Order: sequence, then C-alpha cells, then structure tokens
Amino acid sequence: MAETSISESSIKEALTLRLKATHVEVQDMSGGCGQSFTSLIVSPEFAGKNSLKRHRLVNAALKDEIAQIHAWSAKCQTPEEWEKEKAATGGNDGPPLDGTSEGKVVGVDQ
Amino acid sequence: MLSRSILSRRLLRQTAALPTTATASFSTAALRLPTTTTFSSSTRPLLRPAPASPLLRRLLSDQTRQAIDKAVSSAPIVLFMKGTPETPQCGFSRASIQILGLQGVDPDKFAAFNVLEDAELRQGIKEYSDWPTIPQLYIDKEFVGGCDIIVSMHQNGELAKLLDEKKVLVKGEEAEAEAAEAKKE
Repeated sequence: MAETSISESSIKEALTLRLKATHVEVQDMSGGCGQSFTSLIVSPEFAGKNSLKRHRLVNAALKDEIAQIHAWSAKCQTPEEWEKEKAATGGNDGPPLDGTSEGKVVGVDQ
Repeated sequence: MLSRSILSRRLLRQTAALPTTATASFSTAALRLPTTTTFSSSTRPLLRPAPASPLLRRLLSDQTRQAIDKAVSSAPIVLFMKGTPETPQCGFSRASIQILGLQGVDPDKFAAFNVLEDAELRQGIKEYSDWPTIPQLYIDKEFVGGCDIIVSMHQNGELAKLLDEKKVLVKGEEAEAEAAEAKKE
C-alpha cells in the first residue's frame, strides 16, 4: 500500500468518484494529526439499501483509506433523504459527531 | 510478537456463569462483563510460523474464527469494544455502551469483549465481520453495525424495537424502578 497522505479532499474525491456521490462533506476530527474523519455522503447508490449495506458500500469504497486511519464515521443519505433533512434541520445537517468530544475524537490512539 | 491469547472455552463458561445481579440502575457499570477477564492461551499453540506476506497475515485462522464464533454466541447482545463497559477507551465505544445502557439492555444478556486486550481478536473481528472499525455490535449472532449505525438506530427507534423483539431488555419492576429513579434525578 502506498504511503499516500489521506486528507479531507482526497477522501471526498474518492467518494465522488467511486460512489458517484453528489455531495460529500468530510471533516477532520483528529485535532490535527489527520487520522480521524467524519463524513456526510450523499449518493443515489444508497437508494433501496439499509444503513448497514450503505456503510458496507462506503467501507468497501474506502477500504485502503480506512485501514490507514484511526477513526472513521459516516452518514449515508440518498439525495432525497438529504433534501428532506436539510429542510427539516434548516440546513443544519452534516457529518455525525457522536462519540467525539466537541467534534474531536478521543482515545483512538489505542 | 502477537499475543497468543484468545477466548477459550473456559472463559466463555465463566462468562455464562457471571453472577446475575441485574442492577436496575442504568449506569454503564451495570453492564459488567468478561472484558476484565484475561484471555486464556491454553487452546493455542505456542509457536506458529511467521506470516509470509501481508496478505496471509490478514487471513483469519480457523482457530481465531472459532473463538470469535464462541464470543459472538456467548450472549444475545455482544459488543466488541475498546476498553471495558466501565472504562471505555474510545469515544465511539463509550457512545455505544451508553446507548445500550439507555435502552435498558439486561446485563445478564450482554457480553462485552475488549479488543485492546487481544491483538488477534482486534484484527480478527474486523475480518470476521468485514467491518473496519471498533466497536461492533452483534445481536443474536447477527452483525448489526458500528457506532454510526447504533447511534442512528437509537435515534430513529429501530434499536428499541429490535431489542424489545429480542427480549433482552430489563423488564417489569426493575424497569419501573429505574424509570422512577431517572425521574428523581
């Protein structure tokens, strides 16, 4: 595996390409080391799939990337679901931050 | 050097025989598990040829698979986590254990395994579940998901429904006492 550096933009690019994602938000939650990311992924490929299948799709698309980082979190929505959530939350949707402390992940060096 | 320890038959018997002191309080401490038990090495050979390649290293040995099979079957609800229910070592494991607590999972029907105690388990469970991260939740031997899925199922009501169907929640007087306790606080 090449020692590529993983960044918000490299993950975004990979998801856009590999999952035909129409909207991707990637947020570094590592607090600087660049090893933990959380994301919101909007792709029509999620349609008709349950949460587990969607995550498996993302995990497969980012297999090498996830293997290199400490923590990975994702919210997977279809374009329709995303529109609905945007309307419901007043645009206040985004990558999940559960399990983090104010958006920074803790304890993943273990 | 990989630790040779893995979940032994003996350990799982201990798990099953854990004292059934179902406390009604929903602190995570109520979920007391075999995470504090050390894995026994008795079932494993002391030496094994070093893996020839990174590819081979990633293959799950039959022995590890069997041990994980047993771990997954050791209780209706099984969580593979970093740290123990009392002292999670990672925010995602903490969030997951807190949700199981909030849902009212019966400690007698729950087992947690600390992957930090066993390198083979830590790597093996990822392959076993085809899931790259910890924590991992199993319900009735079926893989449910990681922290993101646990959180979203908790929020949308699916988790409560599933746990209720599987009859793994603290029931009756205990649950009522707990609700009353929660109201007081």
